[in-house]
Amino acid sequence: MGATIDEDSVRHIAVLSRLDLTDEEVAKFSSELSAIVDYVDQLNELDTGDVPPTAHVLAVHNVFRADEPAPSPGPNVVLANAPQRQDTFFKVPKVLDQDSA
Amino acid sequence: MNLVETAQAIRNKELSAVDAVRQSLDAIARHDGKYRAFVQVDGDRALSRAREVDEALGRGAPVGPLAGVPVGIKDNMCTRFGRTTCASRILHNFEAPYDAHAVERLERAGAIIVGKTNLDEFAMGSSTENSSVQQTLNPWDPRRVPGGSSGGSATAVALGMVPGALGSDTGGSIRQPASFCGVVGLKPTYGRVSRHGLVAFASSLDQIGPLARTAADAALLLSVIAGYDPRDSTSVDEQVPEYEAGLDRPLRGLRIGIAPEYFSEGLDDPVRSAVEAALDVYRKHGAVVSEIRLPHTRYAIACYYLVATAEASSNLARYDGVHYGHRTEGIDDVIELYSASRRDGFGPEVKRRIMLGTYALSSGYYDAYYLKALKVRTLLRRDFERAFETVDVIASPVAPTTAFALGEKTDNPLAMYLADVYTTSVNLAGVPGISIPCGFDGAGLPVGLQLIGPPFAEDTLLAAAHQFQLVTDHHTRAAV
Repeated sequence: MGATIDEDSVRHIAVLSRLDLTDEEVAKFSSELSAIVDYVDQLNELDTGDVPPTAHVLAVHNVFRADEPAPSPGPNVVLANAPQRQDTFFKVPKVLDQDSA
Repeated sequence: MNLVETAQAIRNKELSAVDAVRQSLDAIARHDGKYRAFVQVDGDRALSRAREVDEALGRGAPVGPLAGVPVGIKDNMCTRFGRTTCASRILHNFEAPYDAHAVERLERAGAIIVGKTNLDEFAMGSSTENSSVQQTLNPWDPRRVPGGSSGGSATAVALGMVPGALGSDTGGSIRQPASFCGVVGLKPTYGRVSRHGLVAFASSLDQIGPLARTAADAALLLSVIAGYDPRDSTSVDEQVPEYEAGLDRPLRGLRIGIAPEYFSEGLDDPVRSAVEAALDVYRKHGAVVSEIRLPHTRYAIACYYLVATAEASSNLARYDGVHYGHRTEGIDDVIELYSASRRDGFGPEVKRRIMLGTYALSSGYYDAYYLKALKVRTLLRRDFERAFETVDVIASPVAPTTAFALGEKTDNPLAMYLADVYTTSVNLAGVPGISIPCGFDGAGLPVGLQLIGPPFAEDTLLAAAHQFQLVTDHHTRAAV
């Protein structure tokens, strides 16, 4: 594994992360993330061929509950923190063009 | 007065709840302008609830075990009152519509929340320097960090602003600030305390726990917040022992393991000496100390920073500038709205972790980083399982150093991560760990002893810590 994350890779990860980075941040993250990835590469010293992964420490799998109706908080509570709302909706910029609709 | 004494004095009507809350608010007024442990204090609400407690006591109505006791809550736990900010700009104005389960339990037991405490943004950090709100200072030396991420809670307890507080611990965030501030901090077994209403950082590692002056205080707080909650599918439906009743268990015959991996290079001499002196106290009182091995310890930090950041990158995807929190204005494209709101809302460490986690999960790197880390996590778990076949608890330092200077590690994220070397394995394995004051270095800074137990052995840890505190006085020294 290459232990460097160049600036193009940083820009790509930033798009996936939905983070708008400045050029300065891109350069900084390139060196910092490279150092961190270089450090975590030491995990490759371990042979984990027969080792199952642990995503979770509890032996709990599907947890079901009874499907019982209960009061819902209602739109005013749900929308109380919305930066922008219209009626009972969260308001966002246009997602689809008229042509693609 | 510690938490147990405060609770008793109120119940016996030697101290009114209103006076207890006033004392707390006075201590905050005296110290918090300088030390900045609280991001929010609601004295009016606290006093009005204290009056209700006094009124209930006056008419002989039944009250809970924490009736009238002032507490602080780390500001990553939702409270219906005030704001829940996670010390992040992206949640600077967020008003939670519900209380966290642990908050609900505390209030039902009669505790009075006086305010919300500072933290590293989204609990990501080891020094509370990543708070976007303010810098909390170490109670023993204001040029130093209080530890983190629960630095506000640890400082508030160490300065007597509150006798107890809640923190959260994902890789050491209760135990390490407890150690740096000279108080007790307990990270329970994963699943022991419901995470409902705890703002998620790394969901398979996060756990809420108490900080207080004594192990007996921590036992009382844990007895209130522990237990099953159907709203958290990872909370465990397992009997909650009577932690306070179990504190009397003597040390005689307690099998303590020490792992050479936790006493190797990088451990400062004053910390080593204080921990070894603590082990001598245990031996003197009949505990049997023997060597065990935790051979994969050196891989814990690498494993942790992949697992935790991967989970964080997913959990923090919810901050989009649409549903709540900060939104960057003047943008007419929805993807740009997300990216700009997140750019302006998150601080550098949060961005760094989102980036690292996204990288570890991204196509082409998933197997090499994330999956590999999950396999190493299995090896770390097995280390503990094997060790607990022969010992009851494992003793170690909490951190390799005492509190470091403000700014000392902020330019080097990897150096900051490496300071978590003795605490992260505990979260990865899901086992409980407690930090208790065990001495001081040459500069008068507190040193913490960590005791680690098998799953659901909080009772053993608390008893071992309590018995130590009965025969030592490190926890009675005041910072100011």
